[in-house]
Amino acid sequence: MSKQPTAASLNDDIGEAKRLELYRTQVVIREAEQRAYDLFLQNLVKGTSHLSLGQEAVAAGFAGAMKKGDLSFCTYRGHAHTLARGVPVEQVLGELMQRDNGLMRGKGGSMHLTSVEHGVMGSYAIIGAHLPIACGAAWRAQYKGQDDVTTCFFGDGTTNIGAFHEALNFAAIWKLPVVFVCENNLYMEYTPIGDVTAVEHPAADRASSYGLERVIVDGQDADAVYRAGQKAYEKARSGGGPSLIECKTYRYSGHSRADPAKYRPEGELEKWKKRDPILIYRERLKAFGIGEDAIAKIDAEVKQVVDDATEKCKAAPPPPMEILTTDVYADGGFAWRN
Amino acid sequence: MAELTYRDAVARGIAQEMARDPDVVFLGEDVAAAGGVFKSTVGLLEQFGPKRVRDTPISEQAILGAAMGAAMTGLKPIAEIMFSDFFAVCFDYIANEFPKSRYMTNGQVKCPLVVRTGNGGGARFGAQHSQSVENWCMMIPGLKVVAPSSPIDVIGLLAASVRDPDPVIFLEHKSLYAIKGEVPDGEIVDTLGTAKILRPGKDATILALAYMVPRALEAAEKLAKEHGIDCEVIDVRSLVPLDTQTILGSVAKTHRAFSVEENPRLCGWGAEIMSIIADEAFYDLDGPLVRITTPHVPLPAADVLEDAILPSVDRIADRVRKTLNS
Repeated sequence: MSKQPTAASLNDDIGEAKRLELYRTQVVIREAEQRAYDLFLQNLVKGTSHLSLGQEAVAAGFAGAMKKGDLSFCTYRGHAHTLARGVPVEQVLGELMQRDNGLMRGKGGSMHLTSVEHGVMGSYAIIGAHLPIACGAAWRAQYKGQDDVTTCFFGDGTTNIGAFHEALNFAAIWKLPVVFVCENNLYMEYTPIGDVTAVEHPAADRASSYGLERVIVDGQDADAVYRAGQKAYEKARSGGGPSLIECKTYRYSGHSRADPAKYRPEGELEKWKKRDPILIYRERLKAFGIGEDAIAKIDAEVKQVVDDATEKCKAAPPPPMEILTTDVYADGGFAWRN
Repeated sequence: MAELTYRDAVARGIAQEMARDPDVVFLGEDVAAAGGVFKSTVGLLEQFGPKRVRDTPISEQAILGAAMGAAMTGLKPIAEIMFSDFFAVCFDYIANEFPKSRYMTNGQVKCPLVVRTGNGGGARFGAQHSQSVENWCMMIPGLKVVAPSSPIDVIGLLAASVRDPDPVIFLEHKSLYAIKGEVPDGEIVDTLGTAKILRPGKDATILALAYMVPRALEAAEKLAKEHGIDCEVIDVRSLVPLDTQTILGSVAKTHRAFSVEENPRLCGWGAEIMSIIADEAFYDLDGPLVRITTPHVPLPAADVLEDAILPSVDRIADRVRKTLNS
């Protein structure tokens, strides 16, 4: 029997510890998102929700390449990016279930997950809004000589709104340490992105307009994403300015909970599921000599975490009425007159 | 003590705060090298350098978004939107992002920034460069809204706005940039949420804001001189927070209230204040609450038309006199 290759024997640039982390992060996202969907069917997740099932490798790869203190800005499809920075599953599910144990105690909801202590500076529900905001966070780092980098995640649909173009130009001329990550999942809401975009690659084909390199990454492969992230972060930290990275990926569910995604051509979902990021990564781990049992152990641990979180959220009370009017203004209240 | 124009007071106020706090930065279109299209930021680039005083592209969303991101992470940005009409192209930040971030995140995100802008009419610029948009901002929970009428108030309220931990919309009036006023030497810091009684009186309270303040004062002098009517004129100064105590105290004394508003009639700030007076001081009143406003039309460009549509000294005086005599 031939010996399995090891990370060291392949001169691996990523290494076993990081690979296990990337795998675990993807499984956390998969399990938590699937659970969010199940809880929605039980009417325990209220309001809307936008899942990242199928897109796990993008969030995991970039988060894996970030350093502590780096900042993330995400969209309303931001559960994955929030979890990837280490925010506990319980707080994320709690917010989706609008309970008092939620990340923002139910005041924000699914579309606004924020955990400043984890560097998750917010999830933004107005398309494009957070690209300029991410520029500002990066400007602060540049101004104060701090070495953190800001990452801004957004979808393919965002590339057709004005704020995208304002932010890209602004980041380029000020040489800001910000990395713009387009998750091209082929659909802007219910419409194929190609039907409404003048170029084939909605982000990458626009990069040259802002003097940036054209970067397209396989968004189903966490290693490829991780390497792209590392390269962009090194560039940003060394004063090289912004990057724009387009990750080709696919969402398995509809745009939001209201969308059964009937607009997809037959066989498309099945085709993409053959390139499932978690399946790809399991094979990757095995190729690097990591055994089935180690993989199964991670799967079981994550499932336990999500199960425990679910039970805690089900038992958690709704938010109390006394937070209704808190934190409108910095004095803690909502007074607008004397 | 020196005589200073309103426009020079803007630069002095910004300079005072930038000298005090290295986290205060300033960005906008043509604000640095050109010193501002209204010449209200002349000298700041030379004094504080290009790292702190930055010209931007014509990208209002990028300006306000960048200001917010910087504010969230530790700076105290002052952003200029050249004309307040341009709020319409970056209103997402004013309506959705600045004011809601703290609440939605259960207090995790802060947004201490100031948006300065040239507001109001009188410059013959037509319907898209002349609006009074204070009511666009006043209605949004989470914002503070300030509109000074004199050079000393520009400095003091700007300093208070920069030091305030909440997002502040700071409305400078384009037709006031050239006015002059006495300003003491040294640091000036005022308090948000305080109205000022500029002329005490006993017969009626006239509430005014920004460019309407000098007109209300002139109307009050005319009413006193020609008709023996003694009006109390209050410069509201700060719409949010609103100094209702000063206003209600004045109405308790005069028993009459008028607002002079440059904004078009519907949902102007005066409507809100009048409803407070009606709710809380109804039995103090001896007559109807009267709003003197621009009518419900876009502003015309031609001087004769614009002069006819904004509340004038004569219109204010006539309306007050006729109401009191009816």
